[in-house]
Order: sequence, then C-alpha cells, then structure tokens
Amino acid sequence: MKYIDEFRDGEVAKGLAEAIRREANPERRYHFMEFCGGHTHAISRYGVSDLLPDNVRMIHGPGCPVCVLPIGRVDQAIRLALEQGVMLCTYGDCLRVPASDSLSLMKAKARGGDIRMVYSSADAVALAQKNPEKQVVFFAIGFETTTPPTAVAIKQAAALGLKNFSVLCCHVLTPSAISSILESPEVRQWGTVPLDGFIGPAHVSTIIGSRPYEFFAEEYRKPVVIAGFEPLDVMQAIKMLIRQVNEGRAEVENEFSRAVDRNGNLKAQQLVAEVFEMRKHFEWRGLNVLPYSALRIRSQFAEFDAEKRFSLDYKPVPDHKACDCGAILRGVKRPQDCKLFGTVCTPENAIGSCMVSSEGACAAHYTYGRYKDV
Amino acid sequence: MSEVRKGYVRPLDIKHGQVDMAHGAGGRAMAQLIEELFARYLGNEYLAQGDDGALLPAQGAGKLVMATDCHVVSPLFFPGGDIGCLSVHGTINDVAVMGAKPLWLSAGFILEEGFKLADLARIVQSMADAALAAGVPIVTGDTKVVERGKGDGVFITTTGVGVVAPGMELSGRSAKAGDVILVSGTLGDHGMAIMAVRESLGFESPIVSDTAALHGLIAVMRDSGAEIHVLRDPTRGGLATTLNEIAQQSGVGMMLQEKALPVRPAVNAACEFLGLDPLYVANEGKLVAICAESDAEKLLAALQTHPLGADAAIIGRVHEDAHHFVQMTTGFGGKRIVDWLSGEQLPRIC
Amino acid sequence: MCLAIPAQVVELRDGDNAVVDLAGVRKEISLALVENVEIGDYVIVHVGYALNKLDPEEAAKTLALFAEIGQLADDTTVH
Repeated sequence: MKYIDEFRDGEVAKGLAEAIRREANPERRYHFMEFCGGHTHAISRYGVSDLLPDNVRMIHGPGCPVCVLPIGRVDQAIRLALEQGVMLCTYGDCLRVPASDSLSLMKAKARGGDIRMVYSSADAVALAQKNPEKQVVFFAIGFETTTPPTAVAIKQAAALGLKNFSVLCCHVLTPSAISSILESPEVRQWGTVPLDGFIGPAHVSTIIGSRPYEFFAEEYRKPVVIAGFEPLDVMQAIKMLIRQVNEGRAEVENEFSRAVDRNGNLKAQQLVAEVFEMRKHFEWRGLNVLPYSALRIRSQFAEFDAEKRFSLDYKPVPDHKACDCGAILRGVKRPQDCKLFGTVCTPENAIGSCMVSSEGACAAHYTYGRYKDV
Repeated sequence: MSEVRKGYVRPLDIKHGQVDMAHGAGGRAMAQLIEELFARYLGNEYLAQGDDGALLPAQGAGKLVMATDCHVVSPLFFPGGDIGCLSVHGTINDVAVMGAKPLWLSAGFILEEGFKLADLARIVQSMADAALAAGVPIVTGDTKVVERGKGDGVFITTTGVGVVAPGMELSGRSAKAGDVILVSGTLGDHGMAIMAVRESLGFESPIVSDTAALHGLIAVMRDSGAEIHVLRDPTRGGLATTLNEIAQQSGVGMMLQEKALPVRPAVNAACEFLGLDPLYVANEGKLVAICAESDAEKLLAALQTHPLGADAAIIGRVHEDAHHFVQMTTGFGGKRIVDWLSGEQLPRIC
Repeated sequence: MCLAIPAQVVELRDGDNAVVDLAGVRKEISLALVENVEIGDYVIVHVGYALNKLDPEEAAKTLALFAEIGQLADDTTVH
C-alpha cells in the first residue's frame, strides 16, 4: 500500500533508532507526550518504545475522543434510543463505552434500542432518507478531524429538507485539551510531570494546520512536532523533538509535511464555522469542565440539533472513585499505577474511559504491552 | 371441462413459494418440504432409509469424534459461499482437526416463516454439493419453522461424526516449548468478505471467503510423517484467539513473526480502512498446525503440495511462559502481545 | 489523529463523490471537504471523506529524511 508500507519499514526503523540514540544526550532524560490516541495506538501496536533508548520515554495524552467522552453524554444517546425510540447511529468506537445503570450502547441494543453502527456520517443521512417514519439521530463525537464530516452531513440534511434527522453534537477541540495539560499543576507548578515536548496530532492538523500550536510553543516554551500516523513518522518526530530540546528551541515543526501545512484545510474550516459555534463550557471525562473546548450546532441549523429537538438535559456522572483515568489522561500516572488496572478493569469489563477505546493508554498497554509488567 | 389427474398433488412451488408455519407442523406440508426439497438435493442411501434416525455401520477399533456447529451468518449468501456450504465445511473441519476421518453429518434447520423457498433450495443444493465433494454425506436431519420476525431467514446446525485411529488423536494440550507454528494459508479472507457486503460498511473488493473442507489437506499432512502436536481451524476470533486458546490449554507461550504472516494485500487494505486487525478476523478454510521443530520444513513442504495449502507458512515458535502470552515481533522491529479478542472487533474511527 | 489512510482516487462520481482504491479494495467516499482533486491523486480518507490531498514530493522528502543518520544542518521544516 503506497504511502503506508514505506512508512512502516523495519529496516529504516533500525537506522532511525540509531539516529535517535546518537541525538539523545545520555546525561539527561527526555519525556514527550504524544497527544493523539492514534499515535498511542501506533506506538503500542508496532512496539516503537522498544526501539527508543532508555532515557527517552513517551507519555500518553488525552487525544482520544472516546476516552474523554463523559458518561453523561453516552447516557443521553442511550436515553434517546430506549426512551424516545430513535434510530441512534454511532461510530463503532462508542458501542462499548460503559455508561450509567450498567448500560452501554451495545447493551441498550440488546434491550431493544435501535442502535446502528455506521462508518460515516453520510450513512446516517442515508438511513434517515430510507426510514422517513423514524427519527434518526447521529451521535457525533471526535476532534477536529471528524467534525467537518458532521458539518457536511448536516448541510446535506438541510439541502434534502429532511425532517427526521438530527445530531447529538459532542465534538471537542484539541488546543483546549493541550492547554489543560500544560496548565495542570503537575506540569506548570510542581514539575512532577516532566514534559519536554509534544508530538502533535496527524490528522487533526490536516484540518487545523500547524498554526494553532505556535501559541503553545511560545507561551509554554515547549517544542511541538506534528507527526504523521505511521511508526516511522513518530520516530522521526521524536528525533526532531530531541534535537529541539538539545538546542534549547521551542518551535512548531511539521514532520507530516505530505498532508499538513501551516493553514490547514480552509474549505473544511469554513464548513465547520458555518455549522458550529463554541460552547462556553463542556465536561471532559478525566479533565473536568473546560472552557471553550467543544462545539454545538448554530441556531441557523437548530432543527438538526438533537439536544433541542428532544429537549435533552445533561447530567454529569462521576467516575468510579478508584479510577485513575483523570491522572492517566494528564500523563500524571501510568496505567500500571492504577489499582484497578488489569484486575477489575480490563477491556472486557472497562471501568474507565482509558480502557474502553483501543487507543486509550490503559487499553493500549493492556492489549499490546502488559507483558513488560510481569 | 379439464380432468384432474388421479393422485395429483400440487408440487412445492420452489420458484415463488415461501416457508409457512405448516411446513414445520409435522404433517403433509412438512413431509412434502422434506421430500421435494431436502431429500431431493441431499439424497443418499442413509437419508433414503426414512426413519427417525440413520442406521450406520460400526467402525471397529479407534475412538469416535463428534462435533457440532451452529451457523447464523448474515448475509446468507456472500462472495465465495453461503450458509449452506459453510455449515458443511465447518463441522467437517472440527472433526478433522481432532485427527479423525469425518464420516457423516446431520443437519438441523430452523426456518423463518416467509423465507423464500428459492433461497432455501439454493442453500440446500450448496450443502449437497459441498457434502458430495467432501465425500461426507448428510445422513439425517430435522426442520422447524418459527414465526416471522423470530429467525433471521434460516439457522443451520450441523453435527459431524468421525473415527480416529488409535494413537492418532490430537488435542490443544499437546504444544511443547520448541515446537514450530504454521498456518496453511492467508488470514482474514472470510471475515473481510463478509464485512464487504455488510450494509453501511460496503466496499468493493476482490476478497472471497475461503470456506473449504480441510480433511483432505489434513490427510496429506499426516501422510508426510511429521510429528504434529496440535491442529485447529481459526474461525471466529481469528488466529489470535485460536493461538491464545492453545497457549492456555498447553500451558505455554508463543512468539510470532509478523513479517511471516500470510495476508492478501486486499485483506490488509480492507482492514486498514476499517481499523481492524487481520489477526482477529475469521477464517473458514485455514489450519493452524503446531509440530515438532525437526519436522517443520517437512510439514511445510507437504502443505504446499495441496491446493488448500499453497500459501502455507511458518509463523512462529512455542516457548516456556508461565503467563501463556502470545507475543509477536512486529514488522517494525518492536514487540507486542497478541491478546485475546475482547468483545467483538468493531471498526474504529480513531 | 484519528484513523485515516491515504488512498488513490480512481473514479469521480457526481454529487462530490469519488471512488478510491487501496490495494484492490474500492470504496466510495465524499470529496466535499477538498478541491481540485483529479484521478490519480492520493487523498487521506477518514470516515468516508477525503480530508486533504497527499503531496507526493513532500512524501518523498520525508522518506529521504528518515534515512539520514547523525547531525545535519538543514533537515527540518520549520513553520
């Protein structure tokens, strides 16, 4: 597969591993956070950590939209299906997120809820067209990569004059999440989470460009390297971060130049701006309520807003007391540090969000890396 | 005025007819369904006995193996096969991997009211063809009908019986440290062929299900004289699940080489689109074999002489491991665990 | 961030749609988020939409960078 296989080449990886070893100063340790869940997954699935020298460590960040989706939002989706009888369309990732009352979307389906897994927002619109007698709601989650497809779907529904289609909008914003980590006391004041730089998300950046990260590099003096999705991209980005740290620079660099530029995809950004606006507050699982961190549907498209159509109210639901997801999402703790990890909390029986998605730090470690703990 | 022929009974309308509740009631309608559809396609000397059970010849020395499989695949017809031949192959394989020669099959059908007789005929014909090609007849069966909405068209359960010569029994408990792990061909074909025709995931691809009866291939493997310790077919849950089961049963660990895994480019590509891992995708015409180290090359050569083993490969080794982990060296050079499948493998956006 | 893969556009269809091909697997996707896409172009596909075109020259440059070992003066793209 072109543009995929070449970026996974094991022989080239050996060379890059050697380059990283030479670049890293043996007198110090380096800690980098890969923000994006896709990178967490790639690092675990390919065993990238095995190729890094001991003094270079990766910290897993909160860039997994399923992991940061609060229980209260999944509850809303479940209620729509079970109490309002809607056809609830969702991406596969959300099906197993545990919500209140021991339910999940998958369990709600077993109880008779009409819950459909879709690959694309366009499929949800098609279902609405095919089933005019049913109310169809699309459960829209994701960071900036996934938001433009939802915008297109809403505009399509508007153009088709669909009366039975609406969206439960839970789209969240990357810069806010990065801020919350950099603002956390562990990073800013206490220095207990040593963070030397970030690997910036690949596909979010194709949409928003590299410009939004410049603020973080300047304000917090941390280098950011935007990396492509493949393991060689990640290693190259680590090499570039090490070099920046060694040279005392804090700049935004772009390793994913084949798909990302400074401005991003303006057409997609305009579509999003046309359909969505920022919410003042939004609860993130594990990171609490963050300001200007999420989107809602603009009043011009209010008829497609499921929260308005079904008068949904939002009830926050706290996490299990012993669950360390919050700390893990901020990079303060590792999965192995959580008391519940691997015993009570496993992928089959996930207590917290980090275990639910295959990109959550806990799930990735459990599924690919726990042989290292024993 | 036209004359009605004496003894005329209106035949089953296979072209346009549908299953209705009478077909499961045990009366004339059911007898007609059995005679004009099931027996007509599946016909053999045992079915012709027409009794409640089939009377079969005794088998002398050796132990008997019995296996059963329920089939609920949807859609019923998919690229490369259908629920009919799948149900025949699946049970033949379950018997054969125990080291037994499959002899006879039974087939139970649960039909949904309204199911098209034309589709049923197509499925039963497919089963007849598969059974004939495999040399394993369907000697007895049963059919019931449930109300519309209470069944997905048709569910099929097949049970198979075979005999294993003394000393030729195989089990999942026999893998030993130092053994070599082989697969008989490409991984993930069946599962991705099904995914391709699922509504809302639809994509066009040349991927075709690998459903096949493997007892012929197994006979060739045994004739090679290689010391085989374990044989299994990696169906639901894929190769990863099967290897984890064996590791657990035998109390060992395993180390695979990702570069050695045979996967068709189209299957890899389809998995990339959906965020799936071929290691967890179902196969219906493949074997995992674990054999003594000294016989690995001999076994591989034997596999490759047979059309169903043309893409066979050595993919890893067994070693001591108190945790029974199945691990893998990735194509990239790092290591990872190949864990049990948790829940159902679902396409990802992230 | 999210799961997205590069695939080649092999057919253009009406309504902003196209067919992409990845190793023989063809899927219909939407081009609503991109412009000036031609047959033969590679695009990044995410949940049924093309997010961006892939720049083959930059891809080649990046691959070349991977192969460098040791300190070199001019090998980073800074924005």
